[in-house]
Amino acid sequence: MSNVSERIELLEHGVDMSDALRTIGTPAVAETGESASEVVFDLRQLSVFYGDFRAVRDGTLEIRDHEITAFIGPSGCGKTTMLRCINRMNDFIPTARVEGQVLYHGVDLYDPAVNSTEVRRRIGMVFQKPNPFPKSIYDNVAYGPRLLGVKKRSQLDEVVERSLKGAALWDEVKDRLKESGLGLSGGQQQRLCIARAIAVEPDVILMDEPCSALDPIATGRIEELMAEMKDDYTIVIVTHNMQQAARVSDRTAFFTTEVNPESDRRTGILVEYDRTDKMFSNPTDQRTEDYVTGRFG
Amino acid sequence: MGLMTPSRAGETAAETVRAGITKKDRDVAGMVMLIALLFAMILTLLALFALLAQVVSESASLLADRGLDFVTSPIGSDPDKIGIWSGLFGTVVIGVMVLVVAIPMGVAAAIYLEEYAHQDNRLTRTIMVNIRNLAGVPAVIYGVLGFIIFTQWLSPVTGGKSAIAAGLTMAVLVLPIVVITSMEAIRAVPSGLRDAGYGIGASRWETIRDHVLPYAAPGILTGTVLSIARALGEAAPLIIIGAVTGLLPETSLTGFFSAVPILIYQWTGRSQPPNSEFSFTESAAAAGLVLLIIVFLFNAAAIYLRNRFERKRAGQ
Repeated sequence: MSNVSERIELLEHGVDMSDALRTIGTPAVAETGESASEVVFDLRQLSVFYGDFRAVRDGTLEIRDHEITAFIGPSGCGKTTMLRCINRMNDFIPTARVEGQVLYHGVDLYDPAVNSTEVRRRIGMVFQKPNPFPKSIYDNVAYGPRLLGVKKRSQLDEVVERSLKGAALWDEVKDRLKESGLGLSGGQQQRLCIARAIAVEPDVILMDEPCSALDPIATGRIEELMAEMKDDYTIVIVTHNMQQAARVSDRTAFFTTEVNPESDRRTGILVEYDRTDKMFSNPTDQRTEDYVTGRFG
Repeated sequence: MGLMTPSRAGETAAETVRAGITKKDRDVAGMVMLIALLFAMILTLLALFALLAQVVSESASLLADRGLDFVTSPIGSDPDKIGIWSGLFGTVVIGVMVLVVAIPMGVAAAIYLEEYAHQDNRLTRTIMVNIRNLAGVPAVIYGVLGFIIFTQWLSPVTGGKSAIAAGLTMAVLVLPIVVITSMEAIRAVPSGLRDAGYGIGASRWETIRDHVLPYAAPGILTGTVLSIARALGEAAPLIIIGAVTGLLPETSLTGFFSAVPILIYQWTGRSQPPNSEFSFTESAAAAGLVLLIIVFLFNAAAIYLRNRFERKRAGQ
């Protein structure tokens, strides 16, 4: 168990920008076979309640390192709720309650000893509606590093450039870093939000329908970006666009809703989780097949 | 039956359309409403102008004649020699105490209630109801409260019937207003902004300090302006606290005090002594003008700050 408490300690104290924690996440990247890729998240019987209402139940799946995992399903099936459990964003909803476990490199994220702010530093999030801070492009990206204690101008410049390049935005904004982030187009704003997220050097990036507010060209650019980012980060994406899931992800989890006969309310459930190519060509569950072939949506 | 269908033989579609869309406006009710609204606005402006004109005309000759002397002289019994200095000192102390005591405390309470407290908690709701009620309590009652607590119980600290006691009383009076307007300003901050902060690992306080508060600043500043204007204009609570209405040669924080609204109250209706050039009524008007100018200056400062924050918020 000393391994777990070491990891909890690192989660509590480690604000070091020198990638101390990222070494834990370095996988043995195998050329063949899926078993060589390390498990980053192990969700076990995860249920989320809003007050008495169970929004999603018994989610059990493993998310692997340096892969893109997609959560798909119809509206209200709990995929965003599940995603937000992974970085403890549901903490900010007072009535939300979680049962089950979310193990991150073996550490239960809902253990009372775990510092949720540190969790969110390592597991960043990009949202459906681009939400840059009302600050300059430079200050948007530099905000996270500054919070973590990076003060020297030269270091900040370097982080900003590296992050904007990592988000494929540098060339478009390098001459106007002092301009407001709000002056960018929707697709650029979303890439700015991605740059902002990667500036704090996270392990994992969660994306909640990142392209749903964007036009197809901007969407395509972000999908290209995600494919490049896979080398450095683990990505989990919620999307209502099946084709997007088929295009970008390595594994796909399909959720749907099931009506509770007593209360007549719908609870989300995980139906099937497998490699994307299998999910879309030869799924095991009939409900999955109905959804991915468009028989219901 | 379409809007484009010609109604007479030989009419083309174009003619029908032109006839249709160049018809006279049939929104009579709307027009009447517009006139009524304009009328109401003009009436309001007239009332304000009348007030301003009255104050200015009544005080013009006195201020033109005595100028700065009026501001710096102490109160007394000869309208040719009295000034508002004693009152001005008290008013400024009250303004400063509101700024230094009520604003920080009120904003802090608002932050707690909006960001940290659980919204559907019974205790939170009780607190909210109580704060709203307190905002409606008449100023006179705050005067009694201030008299008992600040003038009597805390007299070793405040000096009894002093400017500090008055300042603290007015700070308590405006506190509910500051809390309510700040809460509304904080509530109006879009949740996406908080999500953005949390999503990259900012703590709750860091998110509030760096994103929520700057965004809410214009609303909070508006509340600040309202509170200061209210505090500087009240006279009734100050009478209860013990503002001096006779002579007040010396001004100090812990000694006897006065304030500009008290002077106005005191001088209005006092008869003009024989042999004096100016009347008490004119002095009251002049004091009123000075008070208006002070309040306008505070408003202008707050509006300027608010505009700056709003521009930053919109990204300029």
